[in-house]
Amino acid sequence: MTTTSMARKRRPRIGQAVLYAVLVSLAVVYVFPFLVQIATSFKPDAEAAANAVSLWPQTWTFAAYERLFTRSDFPLWFANSAVVTVAVTAGRVFFASLAGYALARLKFRGRGLVFALIVAVMAVPSVVLLIPKFLVLNQLGIYDSYAGMILPLLVDAAGVFIMKGFFESVPVSVEEQARIDGAGTFRVFWSVVLPMARPALVTIVILSFQGSWNELSHFIVSTQSPELTTLTKGVASLASGQLSQGTQYPVKLAAAAIMTIPVAVLFFVFQKHIMNTSEGAVKG
Amino acid sequence: MALKAPGRRARREDARAGWLFTLPVIAVLGLFLLVPVLMALWVSFSDWTGRGSPLAPGVGFVGFDNYAAITSGGGLAERNFGIALRNNAWYVLLVVPLQTGLSLLLAVLVNRAVLRGRGLFRTAFYFPSVTSSVAITVLWLFLFSTSGAVNQVLGWIGLNGPNWFNDPRGIVHVALGGGNGPAFLTGSDFLGVTWWDWLSGPSVAMSALVLMAVFTTSGTFMLLFLAALQNIGPELDEAGRMDGATAWQRFWRITLPQLRPALFTVLTLGLIGCWQVFDQIYTGTQGGPGKTTVTPAYLSYEAAFTDQAWGQGAAISFVLFAIIVVFTVFQRWALRERDTSKRVARRLAKEARA
Repeated sequence: MTTTSMARKRRPRIGQAVLYAVLVSLAVVYVFPFLVQIATSFKPDAEAAANAVSLWPQTWTFAAYERLFTRSDFPLWFANSAVVTVAVTAGRVFFASLAGYALARLKFRGRGLVFALIVAVMAVPSVVLLIPKFLVLNQLGIYDSYAGMILPLLVDAAGVFIMKGFFESVPVSVEEQARIDGAGTFRVFWSVVLPMARPALVTIVILSFQGSWNELSHFIVSTQSPELTTLTKGVASLASGQLSQGTQYPVKLAAAAIMTIPVAVLFFVFQKHIMNTSEGAVKG
Repeated sequence: MALKAPGRRARREDARAGWLFTLPVIAVLGLFLLVPVLMALWVSFSDWTGRGSPLAPGVGFVGFDNYAAITSGGGLAERNFGIALRNNAWYVLLVVPLQTGLSLLLAVLVNRAVLRGRGLFRTAFYFPSVTSSVAITVLWLFLFSTSGAVNQVLGWIGLNGPNWFNDPRGIVHVALGGGNGPAFLTGSDFLGVTWWDWLSGPSVAMSALVLMAVFTTSGTFMLLFLAALQNIGPELDEAGRMDGATAWQRFWRITLPQLRPALFTVLTLGLIGCWQVFDQIYTGTQGGPGKTTVTPAYLSYEAAFTDQAWGQGAAISFVLFAIIVVFTVFQRWALRERDTSKRVARRLAKEARA
């Protein structure tokens, strides 16, 4: 074996080692904050302030969690977030697939116009809508109610867009067979088309769940009563210190950790689907 | 006849079902998007103070007064708007290139076919993207507190970290060693903010938020780049390798040009997202310290909901809307497919096939 061929053989191995070193250090940077968060939520206040880096509490305490669950509105916030998220996710899945199917398959006058409207709407940045949404909710008399929290989130244009794209990529033959057999349009949609659309529906579920669970600004402008506070709004008020004195990092970090659990579970359950980049699951 | 009838009936059924199926979407988008925008447009031209309905007869039309107040006249409203634009412009200027570069780097690293445990790495990089902006802001406030984890780690390598979220100094000013700046920059101003202050750079507090944005978005954009990378065939790369191009050259001349559509998507989404910073400010800094983390989105909220200056708040959000549209259009124009690059790609493809 000549020296050059040996060098050529060794170089990839060195390159490989460098690659791993870079990746591992990057991964540490990405994961470390969350480990610190969990560790700190089990520390007493004083230790959290004095030793902010350690991943192992010197004194273990569940005080932060106990306080959140027994002496704060945290359980109520959690329940509100759950109610809204379930309603919004169910609504978005149903309405987005319904409209996506119509726009992809059914021929009707005005279809192009409806689609143009949806695309135009997608371009409107949501932050610009803070004041406008409050104005309309107030005008309609549903400000500070579950209806005002849920209805405006019930449809998202991007979901319709995704579903339309999906239905266009599916061959029509199966539906045509069902139609020839005399099934009505809704029947065909409900019992033939929807079951086939599982992958796209999963995408919508993930996007809707994550979107509505993590939503903050809409709840700021649609509610004011403490009974309607969601997790995002409640934890934001904890963070800005409105409800407590001192820094109280363990309580805040515990609250932030618990509110991350549902989306984290969703992520790990559908990880394959989300990470399957070849199918473009996260597009849109 | 007997054959025609069902066809026509089916067509009618299609039309009916089509409208019925899209009706909920049209109703919700119309009621909670179109109507609100029109109402807010009216409010931005009115003197409504938040009492009763803005459509009530007592509310007056004031023309462009609200827009004038935030862009001229030398008042507090103008200065606040100028500061918000300054803060957000620096945020965009830093976050967009950093998040794009980092996510591309992550995608290229993770895309190595030989890599072991790449699922694990992908998960690690993507995880911050699923968390809510509120949860991550709470975490960031802790990590970047005065004796927080970041400053402790900086201490290990002998650095004295700043007092992150309490430090209003612009980082460009800090790098220049403080001081007051030359007279030709401090003497004149734009939107009530002196040119010296426009050039201050993001405050130290805002820089912590910049890092947070990069941390939370790079995973999502990594996935977009990964999808694009996996759609690229290995032929061109191999052709380049045959011709003796180094890995570095192959990346810049062969891989990157083919990622143009993904790059366009990432830059556009990044730009649009960066001009909409709100949650982080509301949760973390409420615009402080010294107004250096106020963004137009937060300013419009504060003007309307806290100061009851609804007309000005609405005017700010429409100006913000215009900024986002202008930037998106400009970017589309700047990154348009040029004929030459297409030609080169085609030639390369032909050579690769030959």
